[in-house]
Order: sequence, then C-alpha cells, then structure tokens
Amino acid sequence: MSFLASPRRLTRMGVLGMNQRNADFIMRYNPRHLYPLVDNKLLTKRLAIDHGIAVPALYAVVREQHEGKDLVGLLGDHEDFVIKPAHGSGGNGILVVSGRFGNSFRKPSGDLITLEAMQHHVSNILSGMYSLGGLPDQAIIEYRVRFDPLFEHISYQGVPDIRVIVFRGVPVAAMVRLPTRASDGKANLHQGAMGIGIDLATGTSRGGVCGGLVGAVHPDTGASTADIRLPHWERILRLAMQCADTVGLGYLGADIVMDRDLGPLMLELNARPGLTVQVANQRGLLLNLRQVERMPTLPTAIEERLALAQSLPMAQPLRMAQSSREPAAAPTGRE
Amino acid sequence: MRNPAVPVWAVLLVLAGLAISAYKAVILGMPVRPDQQTEVWSIQAQIGFQADGGPAIVDLAVPSVLPGFLKLDEHFIANRYGMAIEEEGDRRKVEWVKRRAQGSETLYYRISVTRSEQPAAWRDHPSFPSPPDYEEPYATAIRVIINDVRQESADVFTYTRELLRRLNARRDEPNVALLREAADSPAQWTRQVIEILKGVRIPARILWVLPLKDAASDARLLPLLQVHNGESWLAFDPETGESGVPDYMLPWRVGDDPLYSLSGGRGAEVKLSVTRSDRKLIEVARDSAQRLDSVFADFSPLALPVDSQNVYRVLLMVPLGALIVVLMRTFVGISTFGTFMPVLIALAFRETQLLWGIALFTLIVSLGLMLRFYLERLMLLLVPRLTAILIIVVGLMLIISLVTNKLGFERTLSVALFPMVILAMTIERMSITWEENGAREAILHGLGSLLIASLSYLVMKQPDLVHLMFVFPELLLVVLGLSLLMGRYTGYRLSELRRFRNFRDGDQP
Repeated sequence: MSFLASPRRLTRMGVLGMNQRNADFIMRYNPRHLYPLVDNKLLTKRLAIDHGIAVPALYAVVREQHEGKDLVGLLGDHEDFVIKPAHGSGGNGILVVSGRFGNSFRKPSGDLITLEAMQHHVSNILSGMYSLGGLPDQAIIEYRVRFDPLFEHISYQGVPDIRVIVFRGVPVAAMVRLPTRASDGKANLHQGAMGIGIDLATGTSRGGVCGGLVGAVHPDTGASTADIRLPHWERILRLAMQCADTVGLGYLGADIVMDRDLGPLMLELNARPGLTVQVANQRGLLLNLRQVERMPTLPTAIEERLALAQSLPMAQPLRMAQSSREPAAAPTGRE
Repeated sequence: MRNPAVPVWAVLLVLAGLAISAYKAVILGMPVRPDQQTEVWSIQAQIGFQADGGPAIVDLAVPSVLPGFLKLDEHFIANRYGMAIEEEGDRRKVEWVKRRAQGSETLYYRISVTRSEQPAAWRDHPSFPSPPDYEEPYATAIRVIINDVRQESADVFTYTRELLRRLNARRDEPNVALLREAADSPAQWTRQVIEILKGVRIPARILWVLPLKDAASDARLLPLLQVHNGESWLAFDPETGESGVPDYMLPWRVGDDPLYSLSGGRGAEVKLSVTRSDRKLIEVARDSAQRLDSVFADFSPLALPVDSQNVYRVLLMVPLGALIVVLMRTFVGISTFGTFMPVLIALAFRETQLLWGIALFTLIVSLGLMLRFYLERLMLLLVPRLTAILIIVVGLMLIISLVTNKLGFERTLSVALFPMVILAMTIERMSITWEENGAREAILHGLGSLLIASLSYLVMKQPDLVHLMFVFPELLLVVLGLSLLMGRYTGYRLSELRRFRNFRDGDQP
C-alpha cells in the first residue's frame, strides 16, 4: 500500500471527504434550526418517545448542581444505568454503571467508582465540560442497554452500537462499532473502538477496522468479526428511517443498539455523522449518496425506501460485488 | 463549486484588491518593498539684505502647484517677522513684515519635495489676449511668421511647437533674426515669443523652473514657455521647442512678477540652494499621506497616529495567519485545539521569537497539564478549576522568568506578554482530550496547534508581507476572496488521502 492514495483514485471509488461532506451534504440537507433536536439528547429522546420510536427508558434528568447531591435519590433502586450529558459529542462524558454495591458503583470494565466521583462527573456535565462551547448542560440518567448475546463473545465490555447513515430518508451505509479495552467501553472509533462494515442488503458484517488496522478479528477477544448476520436487520433500518422522518434532517447518523429483550433501540442521532463508516466498510459512501440525490422524488413508504436502500450500488457484500461486477467494472477502472 | 456566486465574488474581491494596490503603487508611488528608497530634494531660498532701520517688508514668490512633484514639507524661517502667505491662482508668495529691522537680515524659505506621478493641475484659466499693435519693422516679420506657421499646424500645441521650431531652426532668416535681436536673454526671448503668440490669440506665460542638481549652492530659475490650449497649460522650452517640463525641473513661479521684492532695505540678494538625499519611501509616504490628494491615501493606515500604526502592523497580519489555519485545516487536515488558537499563539511568538516561544509554550503547557491532572482528583467545578489553572499558569510564568533571569537569559521580559488565558484554555482542553480520547490524540492536537502556530508566525513576521499589508490594506480584499474560494473547496484533505489509502480499488461497481 502506498503512503497516500491519489485523489483521483478516491474520487473514482466514491470516497466522501470531510470538506465535501460539510459543503455538499450537511450544509445542503441539514437545516440549522433542526440541530438542537439531535444535539440535545434529552430533546431527541422526548421527540422519539412522542413518535413511538424505541429508545432506552429515561430514569432521571439532573438540571441543577444541587440536584446532583441527591444522586442516590434520583437513581432510586436502579442497579445499572448510564449517565450522559444532554449536549455531549463524540461519546464524551458518558459514564456506564453496570453494578452497584451501596454507594460504590462498578463500571463495565470492572473498575469501581465512588458515589463522590460520580457526583463530580455529574457536576462536570452540568458545568458544561462536555458540551460544545462549555455551556451549562444537563445530565441524563437512562436505562443501560443489555446488549444482545450476539456480540457477547466478540465484544469487550460496553455497548456495541450500529450506526446507520440515512440520506433523504434512505439508509445509505451502516456499520457496527464494538468497544475495545482501548476505548474504555465506548463505541467511538477514534477512541479505539472497532468498526465493522455492514451490507445494507443483508445485514452481514464485512471484516472490520480497528486503530487503523484492517482485519476481521476483535483485538481483545480474538473473535472473528466477519460474516456475522445481524438479527432484526430490517427492523434496524426501519428504526433509522423513522428517526430521520421524525427529526427531518436530510443527512443523519442514527446510533442504534441491540437490546437483548427490547430489540433495536435508538441511542442518539447525529447531524454530522463522520466518515468512519467508510473506513469501517473500506469503501466510499458517495456513490450511494449521489444515486439517492439524483432521484427527483423518493418513495414515502418505509418499505419502498427499504427496498431502495437494499438495491443501492454499495449495499451488496464486497465479495459478491467483486465477482459479479468485475467484468463490467474493468473498463471504467482503467479510465 | 456549485454556488456560482462564490467564484464571482472571489474574483471581484481579488481584482478589486489588486487594482487598488496597483493604483497606489504605480500612480501614488506607494512603496512595494519596505526598504525602497526615493530621492528627496531639499531647496532653500535665502534672502539677505541690509535693513534701513525702519519697517521692512519682504515678498518672496514660492512654489504653488507642483506637477510631477510631491511636497513633503515646507518651512518659513525668519527671526521675529510677521508672516502671511498670499495665494492667487498659480501664484503664491510669502510676505514677511517687521516693524523695526536693522543691520543685516536673513530670511529662509525651505521646501522638500519628491518626484511623484500624482497628477496636479495648474489653476489659472487665462482669457484670450487681443492681438497687440506690433511696431514696425517687427509687425511685418511677426505677420509673416504667424501666417507661415498657421499653414503647418492644427491646434495650440502644434502651432506652438511649429512656431518654436521655426524661430529656433532658422535663425539666419531675416524675419527671425530681427525678432531674436531684440531679445538678449532667455527670459526676454520667452517674453518675445509670448508677444508673438498674442498675435494669434494664444494665451501664454512664463514658467520659472528650478533645475534640481545636487549640492547646487547658487541655483537660478530658468524660464519656460507655457501656452494654454483651453484645457490645460502646456510647457515648452523656448530655446529648443521641446514640449513638457523636463525631469528634475521644479516649477517655482509663473508670470513676470519678480521673484522677490523688498521695501525698507538695500542690497537684497536671493540665494537658491538644492540638496538631494535618499530617504525610505515608506517614511516619505508616511509624511505625505495627508498631502496626497487621493481618497486611498486618506484611508490609509499611514494617516493614523504612529502608535495606532504599530497596532495595525500586527492586526493586518492576523488575516494572513488565519489564512494559514484555513489552508492547513481544509487542505491538509491538521487538527488543532480551537479554530484560531494557533493564530493567537503565533501572535505570542512575536514577543518571544520562534524557538524560545515553542520551548516556553511546551514547558508551560506540560507543567500545567501535570498540575491539571492533580486538580482533576480534587473534583473542582469547571470555572473555579479554570481559574486555578490560570493562576498556576501565571505562577509558572513568573517562576520561569525568575529562573531564566538568574541564568542570565534576556528574553525573560517578553514572557509577560505571552497570553496566559490562551495557555490556560489550552491546558484545559488538552487535558480533557487526553482523558477522553487518549494521550496520542491530545499530543497530536497539541503538535498540530504548534505547527500551524509556527507557520502562521513565520508568515506573519515576514517584513515584506507586513509592509505590503500595512501600506496596501486593500489586500485584505484579496485575502477575503481567497478564503471565500477555499470555503467552497470540496476536495479531499491530505490527511484523508492517507486515511482512506487502504480502500480496495476495483471492488467498486
């Protein structure tokens, strides 16, 4: 592999760059007044609940510093929960508690955290440490997703999530993000989590990427990440489309988790989804985006859009595309 | 580039900026380079006379309109004289008055000028003279010449040129010889030509010019002929017929009024001396900013008080620093702490120089980070914690100054201007990134910030660029146009070429 890819080759592969994503998609399809709906996770959650979208249950909201003192009262008898900032970004400031012994709490990694440390964390959230521009924030305490046993043998602790990019109401790409030891249970790729590309058509995983290395093996568990078929795949896509319809953003990233008992739940939405989905899939996003963009009218029915998403050029598994399309692609490849 | 307004605006802005700069550089003579020199001519007119003891009045004609030159300054020096300047059309004179003048008196008039392309127009609008009744035998000679020349000319300019050619080239022709005989000096000859021109109703006058010759201690004014063509005054050399005022001839006065007049004294003598010196063009431009008759000169930072000028020397460079940030972020993809923090660090480097600045920045941020990690364990609220970091930063700076002072470094004083709030914010952001995204990302962002800051600093301290932005602030329009263009760049960043380098080709449909 060369040190740098040629821009022409990336263009041919339909790789979406940051500048183009910002100028041609985010600025074009995401009206700024809708941003608060996704930037404020509390608003997102309330909106989703109103529209019947499945989300993790909301236990409590901490709005003022003094409320944080009564964290024990707010937690009630919940043994496990997640504390996160309403305006957090990039998975920052999210504290997952998986067990409780009186006033001592356990993180998924097994580390213990004192009540005092947790109160400090809540206080940091409220004072705006994780929010954009340091504005005062709110802390959300919600249901901790018990993740589907599917990932249990692959994933290290934490909640693996599925990110679906929805463009004009049509899913165009998806990936699974698996927490690793390095990512401290967070499902964020640049914090060391593993990204695994998913075929839209089948919901089957394609290898994976972790810390810049391409491979189909989880770095911590050594389990293979290829060819895993995600259960409820079409339900996941439908949930992502519902989210896009509800908030009205044209270019949206929906983070969905698979709960053992409740099925797919929308965790949060992102108005500026990153380009990591391309890295996880090892392919460009632009061909799908352009195909959807070119269509003057798009079907309104969810099922039709689902069919459209699954017929997109990049929806097929990598190897299938290679074998079935190679002869046709060869002439363009030489241009 | 799907929005067509962007390139249109960008091109308009860039062109406007370049056009105004070019106008200022070429027409107004603003210096493009900081060390550009120009010649400055200083002329002194010295009047000496023996006073009678009673009231004395001295008149001296002084330059008024200076086509081809720019007046830098002008001084009237006289010991206890009252002074008044009279200006009337193209004539300007200074009148010195003293109630009791005794013994030998000396008065000075000094002017310094530099050559300039700036247009300056004469103000007098003459009426057409009526043809005089020439005396014979001159009348016949003049009539013959006037009529001959009329055949070979079309307008005032060509008529004058032909007339002078005729009068100068064929001196042995009887008619010409007769006319030349009556004029025994260049001034007389010029007056004679003016008389002849009256015959065809062309308004004309004498223009007295001072030849600018370095170290001339007793320069004399030379007469030139000026004719008016209905719009402007055209100058000719009455002896050679060459048109235009030659280079290095300073127009001093017009008309037949004497250079000076004196009442209440004897033996008046005027001595004109000329000296040449080289001065930096930028200083000349600064001195003459208000004198330039141009809206662009009025709205130049050069017209500001000197201390504000120094502020703008720095401020006008900030957009260039920001441009570097845009370049590095949009085209290279280097991440930094905060958008314009690197520019602020670069401004701080101005005080410390680059290497020392980087060392200082690294030292304070690393020490601050260590203490910040301890503060983390104390679980303080955000704003008090930031305040604590700020206090620590100030303390660290003081300690570093004291230590380096003991060691005998000289740069310690400039440390004080290092922006501590920026340092405190950097430490806070870096420690958060460190905890959230790991040490690698925090250090990468820190290095990225330092790299862009260093680049911005190197650009912002270029003396040629500082000079250009300061003298030609309209270049801001060019910078604005460029940033508009870059705002619509949708291509890949250099970092993305690396990030996506492993994508497999050929698999794509």
